[in-house]
Amino acid sequence: MPKIRIATTSLAGCFGCHMSLLDIDERLVGLLEHVEFNRSPLTDIKHCGPCDIGLVEGGLCNAENVHVLREFRQQCKILIAVGACAINGGVPAMRNHYSVQECLEEAYLNGVGVDNPMIPDDPELPLLLSKVHPLHEVVRVDYYLPGCPPSGDAFFNILSDLLAGREPSLPKAMLHYD
Amino acid sequence: MQTELRSSLAGNQCSDHLLHRLHDLQSRFQHIPAQEIPPLATELQLPISQVEAVIDFYSFFHRSPRGRIDLLFSNCTSCGDLSLMQQLCTSLDVSPGITRADGAVSIDETSCIGMCDQGASLLVNGRIMTRLNPQRLQQIAGLVNAGTPLDAWPAEWFAVPDHVRHPGLLLNDALQPGAGLRAAIQRGAENLLAEINQSGLRGRGGAGFNTSLKWQLCRDAPATTRYVVCNADEGEPGTFKDRVLLNTYAQQVFEGMTLCAYAIGAKHGYLYLRGEYRYLLPTLEATLAEQRAANLLGENILQQPGFNFDISIVVGAGAYICGEESALLESLEQKRGVPRVRPPFPVTHGYLGQPTVVDNVETLVAATHIAVQGGQWFKAQGTEKSAGSKVLSVSGDCATPGIYEFPFGTSLQQVLDACGGQDAQAVQVGGPSGTLVGQAEFGRKLAFEDLATGGSIMVYGAQRDLLAVVRNFSHFFAHESCGFCTPCRVGTPLLRKYVDKIASGHGTPYDQEEMARLAKVMKRRSHCGLGQTAANPLLDLLERFPHVCTDRLLHQDYEPFFNLDAALATTRTLTHRDDAEAHLS
Repeated sequence: MPKIRIATTSLAGCFGCHMSLLDIDERLVGLLEHVEFNRSPLTDIKHCGPCDIGLVEGGLCNAENVHVLREFRQQCKILIAVGACAINGGVPAMRNHYSVQECLEEAYLNGVGVDNPMIPDDPELPLLLSKVHPLHEVVRVDYYLPGCPPSGDAFFNILSDLLAGREPSLPKAMLHYD
Repeated sequence: MQTELRSSLAGNQCSDHLLHRLHDLQSRFQHIPAQEIPPLATELQLPISQVEAVIDFYSFFHRSPRGRIDLLFSNCTSCGDLSLMQQLCTSLDVSPGITRADGAVSIDETSCIGMCDQGASLLVNGRIMTRLNPQRLQQIAGLVNAGTPLDAWPAEWFAVPDHVRHPGLLLNDALQPGAGLRAAIQRGAENLLAEINQSGLRGRGGAGFNTSLKWQLCRDAPATTRYVVCNADEGEPGTFKDRVLLNTYAQQVFEGMTLCAYAIGAKHGYLYLRGEYRYLLPTLEATLAEQRAANLLGENILQQPGFNFDISIVVGAGAYICGEESALLESLEQKRGVPRVRPPFPVTHGYLGQPTVVDNVETLVAATHIAVQGGQWFKAQGTEKSAGSKVLSVSGDCATPGIYEFPFGTSLQQVLDACGGQDAQAVQVGGPSGTLVGQAEFGRKLAFEDLATGGSIMVYGAQRDLLAVVRNFSHFFAHESCGFCTPCRVGTPLLRKYVDKIASGHGTPYDQEEMARLAKVMKRRSHCGLGQTAANPLLDLLERFPHVCTDRLLHQDYEPFFNLDAALATTRTLTHRDDAEAHLS
């Protein structure tokens, strides 16, 4: 039986969810008998091939995030929004109380200790969206794994459910948003 | 502190109530100046944080100055017309919600102001103005720009006629002031309760709790102090029958409260009047004064030694949630109107933690009539489970909107025939938190056991876009959520977002599915009735008029919630970029 293929990425997130994924610890060894990782910071594969499951951490703060998310949606049969930022915008979305212009001016023009004030305009840099958005506002999301970060157990639980062909369902103790 | 609060509030005059003091400040300065808050808190012996919280909670209090003329247009589907607001904004060069630079005027919208039978309406500095039309707005613009004080505006603009179209059991039954009390005293308190019990009277606010049982439970609750509270916070869009009862039948309302006091042994009562009805205050105070003069209120009422009872009026400040009885009690206690955890119920732990009866205006009027005419007289009308009559506020697309009193058990079709609403495609029964029914169900009966209503009947003719109606309701609930519990605080704006998306032609079948799922979560998980019912109009629409939504859905799997390329516009300008990478399709 071919292995289940998983891709992971972090958009406007802190990689905390990825660290938590690794917290499934020694169970990872057993898991790897059934799954393999495609695009992921763990494999350094740059683009997503056809996958069964996509785990996306972080929300959308810039144009590149949108491209990556769309690639995941296109390539993954099941897309899971992982963690507070992917589901609600989280900490990066705290900038939504200000306009993106105010944010850039504070960071690059008026902030303390700014040298050579100018808003970076290199075409290599992805442009910021006016607001930070959760994933489901840009693509269809199949499942949500809440938590900041979701615990290693929660990751293991949702993956085990999917591997067994069950509808994922987190026990109440794992269903928390902080 | 608690005893001081009690004594300061238990006087006849409630001028020291926080809501009233804040209203005075708001009227004097067009806002609540920050420097006025600490002295006020000290004077009223309240924490500053509580005063601040109250200012932020009620929509009629503001932190920054409103215009000297402050116009609030109703956005209700029956008494609102926001195109008129836009017109006035244009002619006065004002943006909604932003005070004009010269401080002369501000314009904004507000939830239903209970003028649904009076045409498009607004509040100007707390006064009601009805029958608006483009010509009237031009005249208003002229008066505002000329700086004419409000008192010099034509008085007839502020008239609010009653429009009683079909009086029934109660409204046809003329009573002498004090007749109910005299009859009750003759019978004695226990027999009064027995009479009310026999009448089968149930609460008229919508929930339909047995009135005699409520009074009995309060009477039996161990305490030395009990209260009667009349819930006149009639905020459900499309409801205005309490306004008419308070305008013309106030004597019977107060007598009903006194009857309740007699039955339960209360010394003090409160009438909690919604802020939008502040214009009724002088009439109500005059009626109270008359009743005191006639010894129907005060000490030793009707020469009964020890029968002491008086009533104070507290006026709200624009918060729909305060119609929920425990939120109302919080508001009476000078706090934010956040619903309490129930049980315990107000009958045992109500105002200031004491046993309290909270009754709807119409319930108290009915109690007065029952005291005179007896329970059997009342029970002779209506159905087995819903005795008596119901005073209905009929509005919307019908020939003669107004007050209709029908026996319970009357079919919706009969009401539509009476008001000239025969071409209705749908009727919202019981306001946005009630039920949306279509033609197939017009034969259903108005009664607690079938179509329950607190009195709101909103008629929607064939030309109405029902999605626009439901969208209006979803905006209403998102605005009125008190913010206490997450399912409602977060759920109502999300629901609004989905309905907006579908209404603007960007919705997909997936959105509709997600919206329905969210609606069910809110229904099950919200703390109080607001959140539990906020999704009702939408769920009713999906069930009874599915095509209204599905016709507007895109035939694709998914559509984003916003225009992605437009979301990059600001940063494109700031970086002077226009390359391919600076765009999203």
